[in-house]
Amino acid sequence: MNDDKLNKLYEIANALRIDVLEMMGIGKAGHLGGSLSLAEMVASLYFEVMNFNPKNIKDPERDRFILSKGHGVLIQYAALIELGIIPRSELAKTKSLEGILQGHPDMKETPGIEAVTGSLGQGLSIGIGMALAAKLDNRRYKVFVIMGDGEMAEGQIWEAAMAASAFRLENIIGIVDRNGFQSTGSTKDVFYIPCLEDKWKSFGWNVITINGHDIEQILDAFGMTRDIIDKPTVIIADTIKGKGISFAENSSEFHNASLTEQQMKIALDELKNAKALSKTK
Amino acid sequence: MSTSLTNSIRETYGKYLANLGERDSNIVVLEADLGKSTRSILFKEKFPERYFDVGIAEQNMASIAAGLALCGKMPYINSFAVFVSGRAFDQIRGSICIPNINVRIAGSSCGLSDYADGKTHQSLEDMAIMRSLPNMTVLCPMDSVEIEKMMESLEHWKGPAYIRINRNELPILYPEEDEYHIGKILQLRDGSDVALFACGSMVKRSLDAAEKLASEGIQARVLNVSTLKPLDREAVIKFSSGTKAIVTAEEHTIYGGLGSAIAEALRSERHAPIDFIGIDNKFGRSARNYEEILKEYGLTAEEIVKTIHRLLR
Repeated sequence: MNDDKLNKLYEIANALRIDVLEMMGIGKAGHLGGSLSLAEMVASLYFEVMNFNPKNIKDPERDRFILSKGHGVLIQYAALIELGIIPRSELAKTKSLEGILQGHPDMKETPGIEAVTGSLGQGLSIGIGMALAAKLDNRRYKVFVIMGDGEMAEGQIWEAAMAASAFRLENIIGIVDRNGFQSTGSTKDVFYIPCLEDKWKSFGWNVITINGHDIEQILDAFGMTRDIIDKPTVIIADTIKGKGISFAENSSEFHNASLTEQQMKIALDELKNAKALSKTK
Repeated sequence: MSTSLTNSIRETYGKYLANLGERDSNIVVLEADLGKSTRSILFKEKFPERYFDVGIAEQNMASIAAGLALCGKMPYINSFAVFVSGRAFDQIRGSICIPNINVRIAGSSCGLSDYADGKTHQSLEDMAIMRSLPNMTVLCPMDSVEIEKMMESLEHWKGPAYIRINRNELPILYPEEDEYHIGKILQLRDGSDVALFACGSMVKRSLDAAEKLASEGIQARVLNVSTLKPLDREAVIKFSSGTKAIVTAEEHTIYGGLGSAIAEALRSERHAPIDFIGIDNKFGRSARNYEEILKEYGLTAEEIVKTIHRLLR
């Protein structure tokens, strides 16, 4: 991967963060923290890893993207806006009666969204259904399912984890956005789930742990999944909740919160500076 | 009309599913380890590659079905009515009903029909639960002829559908030549004094009640309401109009099932006094046989007759 390409992806990740802030607006609650922790992952998937043509979003051969942690959808909307699938004019109408951007992913409302998620724990199972359909139809698409680390407490995740390995689905790739925080506090304080790698391994998955903000590591991890046969892979991405905005980082305060005018200004300044930095990298 | 023949709805369901699989390669069947009871196993025998037993995991099964449907498949998910409607409720709501996709949900061993297994396995709430969901179609066939016609109609039906399936042999009442469509309320007997709306196993008991009432000079119209949702409201109003009593009969709680649906349909209309035969705020229990438990819970022709007498007094 050449530096230009990497820089481009970092730039996109930053642009997605800025879009998220625009969707948030001032004084409106939004799931900021868990959207921002995903920026590099979502940028890498939509702009490099996935076989996905924004001009043909219903192509049966397209790779599928399922955001099981549906509350992080603002970052997915940002990617779909940057790809030209969602009109930019929708940004200001996020979570309004006249807009098409719902608080959680809704395939009926928003082009580019593949399922309905938001009630946590369901996305991996939906992804398994899509992966099974690929096998039945002899299609080569892959299914990428992003989950949260707080979401690991949902029992259905582990039902799905067992099923994906029982059905030997190498065409499903799980991603755990391990940002260390959930709605009411750190995952260690609220409901500690240790040894996550060992759990997935014991459920029959190939496990890769990476820094989820390092795009080189992200791309390498997906590269490694290509040679795996007969078993699913999960990428556990260590991330920072609220990444990119100093006052929101590593905090559950901004899991679902609104920004003041002052906070918005600081946040935008920080992200614009970061954008300039990535250009000179 | 012959009422001497009986047949197993679940056996017919399993056979039809296997036939359907032959005609349509998009049919896939999911099971949560009850295939011998639900009879989905008949599909597995023919099409093992399109049959997915997910183990005892109903929630996972419902969401996997959603993923399959989103990729153009027509999944049938199977379990006992109590587990598939209750345990997987949020998955059916979120993964299936909100996107309004083609998933067929077979709730087997419904009502008290699993008489021996008792309250944890009997399902007296499933129609209420499923009826509350937007986009959901709720079906309750009364016999094996009707379930075949239903499944045929479902081949071209859009959106999620719940089918309530009895575990036991039930008398064949559906006239083979009758043209069925989803939503149809079938009049099995005419009468102008009483409108008797029933579904599933209670249709035969309602016909028996009507017979008894006729001998006393009371004429009851007996209606098979096998589509609880979308309910043909106009038909309910038409069949009720001019009667002196309206009674509903279901092997289900009276909270949210057929009785509620009929009362909802009649809202804002002038109508005769209405009462519900069903289960009033109770769980089931184990019994030696099906007849015994239905009697214990007042799901009999005698109870229907008594209720009508009371309304007509």
